[in-house]
Amino acid sequence: MIFAATEQQLRLDANWVDYLLVGIYFAFVLGIGIMAKRSVSSSLDFFLSGRSLPAWVTGLAFISANLGAVEIVGMSANGANYGIATMHYFWIGAVPAMLFLGVVMMPFYYGSKVRSVPEFMRRRFGTGAHLVNALSFAVAQLLIAGINLYLLASIVNVLLGWPLWISLIIAAAIVLAYTALGGLSAAIYNEVLQFFIIVAALLPLTLVGLHKVGGWGGLKEQIGASPGGPEQLSSWPGTALSGFESPVLSVIGIVFGLGFVLSFGYWTTNFVEVQRAMASNSMSAARRSPIIGAFPKMFIPFIVVIPGMIAAVAVNEVAQYKQAGAPADSSVTYNDSILFLMRDLLPNGMLGVAIAGLMASFMAGMAANISAFNTVFSYDLWETYVKKDKPDGYYTSVGRVATVAATVIAIGTATFAASYSNIMTYLQTLFGFFNAPLFATFILGMFWKRMTATAGWAGLVAGTAGAVLVWVLSEDVLGVIGIGAQGGAFVAAAVAFVVDIIVSVAVSMATRPKEESSLRGLVYSLTPKDDFHDPDQRDLAWWQQPTKLAGIALVLVIALNLAFL
Amino acid sequence: MSYSTPSGENVHKAGAFDIRTFIAMLIGIYGVVLVVMGLFFTSDEELAKADDLNINLWAGLGMVVLAALFQAWAIWKPVVVPEHERAEHDARARRDDDPTTP
Repeated sequence: MIFAATEQQLRLDANWVDYLLVGIYFAFVLGIGIMAKRSVSSSLDFFLSGRSLPAWVTGLAFISANLGAVEIVGMSANGANYGIATMHYFWIGAVPAMLFLGVVMMPFYYGSKVRSVPEFMRRRFGTGAHLVNALSFAVAQLLIAGINLYLLASIVNVLLGWPLWISLIIAAAIVLAYTALGGLSAAIYNEVLQFFIIVAALLPLTLVGLHKVGGWGGLKEQIGASPGGPEQLSSWPGTALSGFESPVLSVIGIVFGLGFVLSFGYWTTNFVEVQRAMASNSMSAARRSPIIGAFPKMFIPFIVVIPGMIAAVAVNEVAQYKQAGAPADSSVTYNDSILFLMRDLLPNGMLGVAIAGLMASFMAGMAANISAFNTVFSYDLWETYVKKDKPDGYYTSVGRVATVAATVIAIGTATFAASYSNIMTYLQTLFGFFNAPLFATFILGMFWKRMTATAGWAGLVAGTAGAVLVWVLSEDVLGVIGIGAQGGAFVAAAVAFVVDIIVSVAVSMATRPKEESSLRGLVYSLTPKDDFHDPDQRDLAWWQQPTKLAGIALVLVIALNLAFL
Repeated sequence: MSYSTPSGENVHKAGAFDIRTFIAMLIGIYGVVLVVMGLFFTSDEELAKADDLNINLWAGLGMVVLAALFQAWAIWKPVVVPEHERAEHDARARRDDDPTTP
């Protein structure tokens, strides 16, 4: 599906030192799983790490969970294709939403002591919205875990020449081993380790790449002379990225479509991310985790997008592909950029670190999907609808069984992805649409006490349907509306948001609201201020206060935007 | 292991399981291997790939420094879990066991 280059071109010249470095990494991964198992004594330990982790750990895990295959391969490909405009996915499409989650929404999640995002949904809106949310989330996680697993196996297959099915099973077994043993702690600690390995792999690759093209000045010169031209060196207005011809529309599309609806929907309601923050040891630490994560998130594009841009001018295959206007029948695609760059630039030794880094990133994605899935499956589906009121240990066992089952299903999905890649791409897009209306429902439900239970699920269903309709009409499928590139997804998300709000408000007016007493901790106006405050908030230093930290991050991300205007 | 702080509160040191020591060990091993590779085993041909920048050596040195910083942090501020939080947490786990609570 994604690594299109023939195996011959991409096979890396790894020697025993590289294999040794990769092997050491896997030994550490399993070691963390075994160490984390010792601290699991209740289901809360298994599913939410006993809510005991420091903010820097959950903060790094927060972004690491998202730093999977799609992110690294996809964003370096976008870098090669669109240049600096790709930075929007980080500076517009992630950081503001992460700050918003920490400042505004986390108090509801952490303060209400829910154990998952769907559980918040259940307490605020009852069964209908809960089922829509929990089921769509669980199915989507299995699918995405399968895609991550497939990418992991195919990179092993392409780079090292192992047969696909062996790579599939080994990769799945390793992820299974540590998530089933140590639960969320093992997944989170490994995500932190993975973060550093990914940086250790990509930072030197970026530096050696920049050295090769003659530094930042040399890169600018060569990109300016390549197809796409000097426009690829500035982030705004990003017309090539959004697919809108008018620069004004493009800016509006990026700010509202990507920056507001898509990214807020993803970052603030996706349990894969929120679960990491929920595992922190206090309210202020939970609020700090996405904010702390925002700082590295701002700088990750420099080691992901820039290598893609370097590959587009320094790697012969990719440069020719770009010159030829990205022909569909080419054996090379932009997705291969980072692998080609590794092949061309890295000596044995560093090559092993880079391979370990890529594998780390793919496993991070899959482990995050699986650990979020088993929590939602055990607490939200099994405990809520199938077997209530069992002793706590029972649900930890359910979680372990769910982890094994999820891994087996992911192997199945991965095999399916290997043969029907187009269907998988469509399905993945489809699940993306579940996120867009979620944000509308959550934010309305948190700040408007009148919103009713029926409005909860009706808004979600209507919003999702609206997004799917726009997507079907766009150039991606039928082509009735003339929006393509990434613009189709931006517009679909915006429609989902608006439809969700309209339907929710209309339905709320016609139905009975919930008892106000049952909404404490869930709705802003019905929650005493003290519920949202940490008892030791006053003792915190300025750099431990979520709002001040978020302010600094905001200034920094605006400065970055201006620097690459 | 348990010991008392000057304030008399019982604390529980996280012992061997501190993620910072894991990071320091792994990055440290990588750093040392890369420095050795960079100094003795990187061929001229490989150096030419990157226009004579010895990335093994420089990345290795960087990783050794990072590993040292993490180890220093872990030693300077060990992970401690105050005893009262553990008790609270254990009580919560017991409460979760109780089928009569929602």
